[in-house]
Amino acid sequence: MKAFVAVVLSFLIVSPAVAEIEITEVTSPGGITAWLVPEPSIPFVSLEIRFKGGASLDLPDRRGATNLMVGLLEEGAGEMDAQQFAQASEELAARFKYSVYDDAVSVSAQFLSENQDSALALLRETLVAPRFDADAIERVRAQVLSGLRSDATDPDSIVGAAFDQVMFPNHPYGSRYEGTLESVSALTRDDIVAAWQGALARDRIYVSAAGDITPEAMAGLLDRLLGDLPATGRPQPPDIPVKASAGVTVIPFDTPQSVALFGHEGIGMDDPDFFPAYLMNVVLGGGGFEARLMTEVREKRGLTYGVYTYLATKDHAALVAGRVASANNRVAEAIQVITDEWAKMANDGVTQDELDQAKTYLTGSYPLRFDGNGPIAAILAGMQMDDFPIDYARTRNARIEAVTLEDVKRVAARLLKPEALRFVVVGQPEGLPDAAQVLPVPGQ
Amino acid sequence: MLRRASLVAALSAVALAAQAEDAREPVTSFTLGNGMEVVVIEDHRAPAVVHMVWYRAGSADESAGSSGVAHFLEHLLFKGTHRRASGEFSKIVAANGGTDNAFTSFDYTGYFQRVASDRLDLMMEMESDRMVNLQLDEADIATERDVIIEERNTRVENDPGALFSEQRNAAQYLNHRYGVPVIGWRHEMEALDLQKALEFYQQNYAPNNAILIVAGDATPEEVRALAEKHYGPIPANPALKPRARPQEPPQNTERRLIFRDARVSQPYVMRTYLAPERDPGLQEKAAALVVLSEILGGGQTSVLTQKLQFETQTAVYTSAFYDATSLDDTTFGLIIVPSEGVSLQDAEAALDATVAQFIQDGVDPEQLERIKFQMKAQQIYARDSADKIARRYGAALTAGLTVEDVQAWPDVLQAVSGDDVIAAARSVFDRKKSVTGWLMAAEEVGQ
Repeated sequence: MKAFVAVVLSFLIVSPAVAEIEITEVTSPGGITAWLVPEPSIPFVSLEIRFKGGASLDLPDRRGATNLMVGLLEEGAGEMDAQQFAQASEELAARFKYSVYDDAVSVSAQFLSENQDSALALLRETLVAPRFDADAIERVRAQVLSGLRSDATDPDSIVGAAFDQVMFPNHPYGSRYEGTLESVSALTRDDIVAAWQGALARDRIYVSAAGDITPEAMAGLLDRLLGDLPATGRPQPPDIPVKASAGVTVIPFDTPQSVALFGHEGIGMDDPDFFPAYLMNVVLGGGGFEARLMTEVREKRGLTYGVYTYLATKDHAALVAGRVASANNRVAEAIQVITDEWAKMANDGVTQDELDQAKTYLTGSYPLRFDGNGPIAAILAGMQMDDFPIDYARTRNARIEAVTLEDVKRVAARLLKPEALRFVVVGQPEGLPDAAQVLPVPGQ
Repeated sequence: MLRRASLVAALSAVALAAQAEDAREPVTSFTLGNGMEVVVIEDHRAPAVVHMVWYRAGSADESAGSSGVAHFLEHLLFKGTHRRASGEFSKIVAANGGTDNAFTSFDYTGYFQRVASDRLDLMMEMESDRMVNLQLDEADIATERDVIIEERNTRVENDPGALFSEQRNAAQYLNHRYGVPVIGWRHEMEALDLQKALEFYQQNYAPNNAILIVAGDATPEEVRALAEKHYGPIPANPALKPRARPQEPPQNTERRLIFRDARVSQPYVMRTYLAPERDPGLQEKAAALVVLSEILGGGQTSVLTQKLQFETQTAVYTSAFYDATSLDDTTFGLIIVPSEGVSLQDAEAALDATVAQFIQDGVDPEQLERIKFQMKAQQIYARDSADKIARRYGAALTAGLTVEDVQAWPDVLQAVSGDDVIAAARSVFDRKKSVTGWLMAAEEVGQ
């Protein structure tokens, strides 16, 4: 494939252990910065725009406003109502996806080189001039309420909501970003407009792109696309210390398989111990089939189809957390095995063999993540939001390699706290200690 | 629009099958001496490859009474071989910076690894080893059977929508194995044993029943040399039987069912019709059905969305779906999730009236043009992921299609006319071949 030769120049990966990706930073005359990987072999562009803050910017008695607002961005903008907008984007075969998270609103766009200007003009309208028409509000509100009603009897949704409530009391993280039936029903157009002005502002914006676009073109389009957004938005919410206590919280629900989330306070990405913690998590439950929890709970005992742990690094809190699902009469054993493994790793750390294997996995798989315009644009946006340097991709594997067995042992002892490990279980679990705390299904 | 997470997740896999395919994909194919088909999809942007082996054996190839054995065997392939201990396969992949997994469907079982391209040799050595050298013991069987039952708990028993789907599917197929769930009926899963797993393995796992697909930074010459080294020496299975599975008799009775579950709080109506699939050299009918599904339910300007969500607010969600890539008869489906206060009866009536009106009015030529342009654009967007192209080829080849069929498909789609779409609609929307299901809450909260 000779046509790809030019590509290799801008997308060098020297060895499987180092991601030599060439990222260009551009700044528009109006002062908006973007990271870019030009890659002209396929005639389209992936563009990512992120606004820091997201659903956590909801006012306390307006929960769900940011979510409803984001759902309305593609439901009419500028001169076009919802149908006209949909028709226009279909005519261009442009794809716009608007998502909301606790800490961000994200806009992912894909558009063809042949009609790039028209696609960007359309995208601009949705961000800068959304209409929030009355009929669109009612239509999308009905969809949100329908989803909330479904989730109220879905074990996965119930356990997610209950776990957040236990971990993050009195903070936006502690409630669902979609809101409740009551809060969403009460939202007015003014609330939605206020949520839009609060969330989509230039003081919290991160932009990246990969594909068939030059740095000059990128710098030239940013002001047109985003320059008319308000300069500032709502203040970010406060940090929240996580204060979990050991034990099991049960939400009784009639379903054959119990679903459990578990965790306690974690570690931030800005912590000097983050990389040892990251490696520790791979060995505990973060990797594939080789992780200790997968081996002990699934491979040896057949107690589950899947068990995993992760380091949740939110903007205002951090968790080390995980998930398991087991039949009602087996979940108690799964919880016991996980608790034992938690204590074991806190006491003894990991073995040299496990550490070496986690390192080769992480360093070897890292370059494989950069496998297309879409993934690259998303990674670039994430790196900016996490405040990483532009050459991070080149130095990241060296940071992994530098972690020692002693580091992991020390961090495991610091981070893993069996005395604080809280399980939240939805189902009809059998054989749990009598001390289990029982809560109702959230929102019921 | 906001998408309903739970429902859309269930349908998105189906929607993928409706995507256009790209004739200009850099694809090479050849066959080894033992009958193993090889497809190479080149993408040299990054030094990574996906290595896949697909077997022309899925749950619909199982024998009656051992449902779930194809998927059970998929799990067991991660146990030991003559050369490797249990669990070592994935461990080696991970130690080489790779990821691996496997998947089972009605028509295929597939295994894949994503690795740096210089590890392709090792992956082929390991995958060819487990094609014929699997070593299982009773302990493997007992534990892994518990795992797949927990998998069924996760995917099906805990989800009323999935239980409903199993019942509808069973009603749709009177005789074909597509009416039996891929993961298996629970009581038959509990009875799966070493002998059943080995029988399925010995019958189906052979080079002349397999397709090797390598996508990414590898040339056809490299792939051929490595494939001949690792897969070439494995003899073909002379006892391999043609895939003649029990076919459907004439369907002449409309079927209706009501599924109630206390865990349902958003009722909906789903209708499926038995429908033709893509056949080798004969893809026109299926192409018309793909376009029909796009016109009826493919987006914000589709007919169902416009009439039932925008003009009348009868529904909070509607869609049409069609899985064109299938070895035997497939289905075309419609779904309506009614707005609050609208009964399932009224929702279903509105759905039927909308489809009838559409057939009478004919296709809006501008909408058809928009859909075709989006299909062309999809050919460009699709080139961003060699992995997805590989999956498209794997699914098509295990459904009896050829590389030529896959490459002709975008042109077949572009040739569909409005009249073709209406003719396809008239033919497929035959209530005698349909199943209509109502998903409802438990009795006391009913309509």
